[in-house]
Amino acid sequence: MSIDVDTARRVAHLARIAVADDDLPALASSFNAILGFVEQLNEVDVDGVEPMTSVTPMRLKRRADEVTDGNIQQKILSNAPDAREGFFAVPKVVE
Amino acid sequence: MSELSKMTIADARDALRAGDVSAVELTEACLTEIEAADALGAFVHKTADLARARAAAADARIKAGDAPAMCGIPLGIKDLFCTEGVPSQAASRILDGFRPEYESTVTQKLRDAGAVMLGKLNMDEFAMGSSNETSIYGDAVNPWKVDDRKLTPGGSSGGSAAAVAADLCLAAIGTDTGGSIRQPAAFTGIAGLKPTYGRCSRWGIVAFASSLDQAGPMTKSVRDAAIMLQAMAGHDAKDSTSADIPVPDFEAMLTGDIRGKVIGIPREYRMDGMPAEIEKLWHEGAEMLRAAGAEVVDISLPHTKYALPAYYVIAPAEASSNLARYDGVRYGHRAKLAQGDGIVQMYEKTRAEGFGPEVQRRVMVGTYVLSAGFYDAYYNRARKVRTLIKKDFEDVFADGIDAILTPATPSAAFGLGEMSEADPVQMYLNDVFTVTVNLAGLPGISVPVGLNGKGLPLGLQLIGRPWAEDDLLNTAYALEAAAGFVSKPAKWW
Repeated sequence: MSIDVDTARRVAHLARIAVADDDLPALASSFNAILGFVEQLNEVDVDGVEPMTSVTPMRLKRRADEVTDGNIQQKILSNAPDAREGFFAVPKVVE
Repeated sequence: MSELSKMTIADARDALRAGDVSAVELTEACLTEIEAADALGAFVHKTADLARARAAAADARIKAGDAPAMCGIPLGIKDLFCTEGVPSQAASRILDGFRPEYESTVTQKLRDAGAVMLGKLNMDEFAMGSSNETSIYGDAVNPWKVDDRKLTPGGSSGGSAAAVAADLCLAAIGTDTGGSIRQPAAFTGIAGLKPTYGRCSRWGIVAFASSLDQAGPMTKSVRDAAIMLQAMAGHDAKDSTSADIPVPDFEAMLTGDIRGKVIGIPREYRMDGMPAEIEKLWHEGAEMLRAAGAEVVDISLPHTKYALPAYYVIAPAEASSNLARYDGVRYGHRAKLAQGDGIVQMYEKTRAEGFGPEVQRRVMVGTYVLSAGFYDAYYNRARKVRTLIKKDFEDVFADGIDAILTPATPSAAFGLGEMSEADPVQMYLNDVFTVTVNLAGLPGISVPVGLNGKGLPLGLQLIGRPWAEDDLLNTAYALEAAAGFVSKPAKWW
C-alpha cells in the first residue's frame, strides 16, 4: 500500500498539523518507508488471536463515583497561553 | 575533580548515615560538576537553589535518625517527569514555559524519601528517538569518546545516561517505551532497569505510549538500581494500571547466588549481520552466568522478528491519541494567528510549530493506522501480534526459564549526526533487542559488561519474569560481578 501526496495531506489535516504543500512529498515518502516496514506483520498467522487490550492480566480498580478534588481554578489556568476571567480563551468558534 | 559525585547510592547512603559526608556536600559536589559540563548537554534546567534547600532538609532528617535509603542522594530527573514549579517540557517546543502545578508520583516518592533533585535532564522530544537528537534543547553528548567525533549517549533518556556516566549526579531516572532506558545505559556503560509494566506509577509522566511507558532507575551499579526502584515502586490510586501488589525488598535479594537458575539464550536474537563484537560479548556473558552456577539453555521466541513492526504501529497510534492534548489552549506554546484564523488554524499552526519532525511523523503515522479503513489492517493486527509476542515469553517461562540473556543494542554508540540521512526505520532498529520487553510488559535490565575494540562500552540485557525484578536484579548482580566492568570515560568536557 502506497501513500500519495493527497493521502499525506488528508492525514496531516486529521492530525491537525499544518504541512506546507512543498513538504508533502517527503512526508509521504517517510510514511511509505515506515508502513513498508510494518507490512511484515501480514506474514503472521493471527487467526483466532485476540488483540491485546491489557499487558498485565488485572482488573482495573474501581472507586466510588464521587468528587475527590476541585476548587483549583487558578492552578488549572496558570499555564494557559490565554486565560481571561477564569476561562481558557480561544478564537471565535461559533458565528 | 570532586570524588563525591562519583559515589554510588549505596556508598553515599552509608557515608551519610555514618556522618562521614553531608547531603549538602554531596549536592555541592554535583552542582560543581554540572556547571562544568555544559558541553555534554545533559542538564537542561538546573535547579541549584531547590537542590540546596532539599539537601539541607535531608541532612536534618538524617541527623534525626531513621532516614530512608534515598535521603540526601542527589539525582537528575528526565524532563518527561512533571515536577512542581520546575519546567517540564518533554524536550518539546510545544511545552515551552510549562511549569506544572503538581509533581509526578515517582518524583514525589523520591522527594518524600528525601532525595535531592539537581535539575531536569535532556531527552528526545516526547521520548521519541534513540539518539537524543530530536530534543528542542539540542543534542546530549556521550561522555565516552574515542576520536574527534561526538557520540550519541543513546535515547530517549540520553541526558540521564550522560549525566550518570559523567558523574554529574549519583543516579538519574529515565523512562522506557521501547528501550529508552536500556539502550542509553548500554551506550554509556551504566545500569538501566525497565520495571514490569505497572510496577511504577505513570501519573505525572508526560505520556508517549501509555500501554508501553514505564519509569525506571539509571545508576552506576545494579545495587543502586535495586535501592532506587524500591523508592519509586508501588501502587498509586492515580494510575489505574499501577499494580496493587506487594513490593519486595529488592536490595535484600542481592546475594549473587544464581546456582540452579536457568538462563535462556533466544536464537531469534542472533540477527543477520550482527557485529562480531556483539556476538562475542553475548557469548562471554552466557559463560559468566554458567560459571556462576546457572544453567544456560537455547530457547526460541518465534515472533521476535515482528516486535519492531508491531511497535511502530502501536506506539505511534497511542502517541497520536496522547499528543492530541497539545492544542495551544491549556498549556505551552500557541502559534501567532493571522487575521481571520479560526480554531482549526490555531490547532494546525500550533502543532506544526510546536512538534519537531520526528514527533510529527509519528503522530501522523498513528493517525493513519487508526483511521477508518486501516484500523483493522494495521492497529488490530499489531495488537494480535503483540499477544503472540507475549505468549512467546509466557511459554519459555512456563518451561522453567528464570531469565533471558540478550545483547542490549545492535552496536556501540554511534556518532551524532551519522544517521541524519538514513530513513527513519534505520534509527528504529536500535530498539530491536529491547522493544519485545515493552510489548510483553516484562522487566528488563541493561548491565555494562565490556568494551569494544575501540574502547566504547557494550551492555547485555537480562529479561525477567513479570513482577520478579528481585530475581532479575540478583541475576544482573551476578553478571555485573563476573564482568567486573569498572571503566570510566576520560574527562574531555
